[in-house]
Amino acid sequence: MKNMKFLLLRRIIQLSILFLFVGGNYFGWELLRGNYSSAIIADSLHLSDPYAVLQILVSGFLASSSVLFGALLIFLIYVLIGGRMFCSWICPMNIISDIAFRLRRILKIESDSKVSLSRNLRYYILALSLIVSAIFGLAAFEIISPISMLHRAIVFGSGAGWAIVAVVFLVDLFILKAGWCGHICPLGGFYSLVGKQAVIKVKHNKEKCTNCMDCFDVCVEEPVLSIVGKKSDYIRGGACTNCGRCIEVCKDDAMKYSLKFDLKK
Amino acid sequence: MKEESMATRRKVIQRMLEGAVFMGGGGLLWGKSVNASTKADYVLRPPGALKEKQFLKACIKCGQCVEACPYDTLKLAEPGDGIANGTPFFEPRTIPCYLCTDMPCTDSCPSGALDLKALTKEDEKADILNSRMGLAVIHKESCLAYWGIRCEACYRACPLVDKAITLDYEVNERTGKHAKLLPIVHSDVCTGCGVCEQACVAEKAAIFVLPLDKSTGEVGDHYIKSWEKKDEQRINEDVEKADDDKDVKSAIDYLNDDDLIDD
Repeated sequence: MKNMKFLLLRRIIQLSILFLFVGGNYFGWELLRGNYSSAIIADSLHLSDPYAVLQILVSGFLASSSVLFGALLIFLIYVLIGGRMFCSWICPMNIISDIAFRLRRILKIESDSKVSLSRNLRYYILALSLIVSAIFGLAAFEIISPISMLHRAIVFGSGAGWAIVAVVFLVDLFILKAGWCGHICPLGGFYSLVGKQAVIKVKHNKEKCTNCMDCFDVCVEEPVLSIVGKKSDYIRGGACTNCGRCIEVCKDDAMKYSLKFDLKK
Repeated sequence: MKEESMATRRKVIQRMLEGAVFMGGGGLLWGKSVNASTKADYVLRPPGALKEKQFLKACIKCGQCVEACPYDTLKLAEPGDGIANGTPFFEPRTIPCYLCTDMPCTDSCPSGALDLKALTKEDEKADILNSRMGLAVIHKESCLAYWGIRCEACYRACPLVDKAITLDYEVNERTGKHAKLLPIVHSDVCTGCGVCEQACVAEKAAIFVLPLDKSTGEVGDHYIKSWEKKDEQRINEDVEKADDDKDVKSAIDYLNDDDLIDD
């Protein structure tokens, strides 16, 4: 049995959050209400998605102080501590795209690169979303975000939400490996950019590495592993979601969570 | 060497062009779909909502107002509803707004898209009766009361009975001996809650709520109610505020102009 403790932990956290959101809507629980763009904990602490709030600000509306403060709090948590951890530990879309990623390997759907997209695409989409928000006076990504739609599909039973999620799943499965999370999602791009120097990072130990490439097999952001087998260092790429899959599959104990305090590039 | 640098230059130019096409084309497509989704002619927002344009900017689409609504009045728009995806709205014919006195939806909004201040007049406390979600409008031809049949369903249902909807009495000319009891909506009181629309007994409601910009008119500034002291004051103010590039005096006096009289 492979070690899957981080995977299980991630799923427990992701599903618990969804469970609380559902309970908030159907049973009036007050522990966690709202969605991934803006939520309130125990009817007292506001948390907001800094990227969503950025779009609102760019569109020309000064959001309320509670939303601004909530966004700043989340922003600081990921910038200083978590990096891109939202993507693999919180975001519900990660469950869907991980399933597609897994199925791809099980069904041996190989990427003979019929479609190849640059992983930088998400940064262009990120920039574009802010431009469109500014010109059309409306948070541009929020209105089409599959993450919000997945939340609405689960919490409010929105059929259209499921349809969008199905499209993302099928694209990930048949057309482009890690298509949504690894290439397109501008929220992932946002956290990749701002979370680069966060404290929590995966550390690679070259001395223990046997170049088995197992970590490359499971990583949804393969390029960040470029140093593996070459030098001992942190996985410094901002795109790393700190999901811990590489740590789990490494039979040589060459990867582990670690704290990074330097600011090297 | 030169060949190579030409090749890379060509590649750079090609990538720049690709980028430009992506940003331009993608931006246009994206913007167009955003624009289309916000062009809904008819949408009623929860109490305390900012004006539609501001509301669309401000709403973070978290759904907390929908969760707070105890009557399941509010819904979140889905793709295909023709309303900006994820924003809250309600359809009074299905479930109207019951004007909760504690305003849970407005109160739950984190972003300021629903604002208790919009329900506050001067220094008083926020009051749900100050909400203006829309305005009830009556289509007389399909209203039974205007046919001369006794109905009053909307009048009795209205949470502001005798204020937002009053009854006018009129002789029924057809029978010559009956009265018509005609519902009249007063726009200075009507909150747009839509309880009347739900109560209407017609197949398709004869009284229905329209958004304010679709149900109200606006008289130009140059019309002044001379019979109202306060309004008449505007005569003096407005002249001073008139555009600089217009010769105000001649505009006022042109009827007395010699030229006009001579002709």
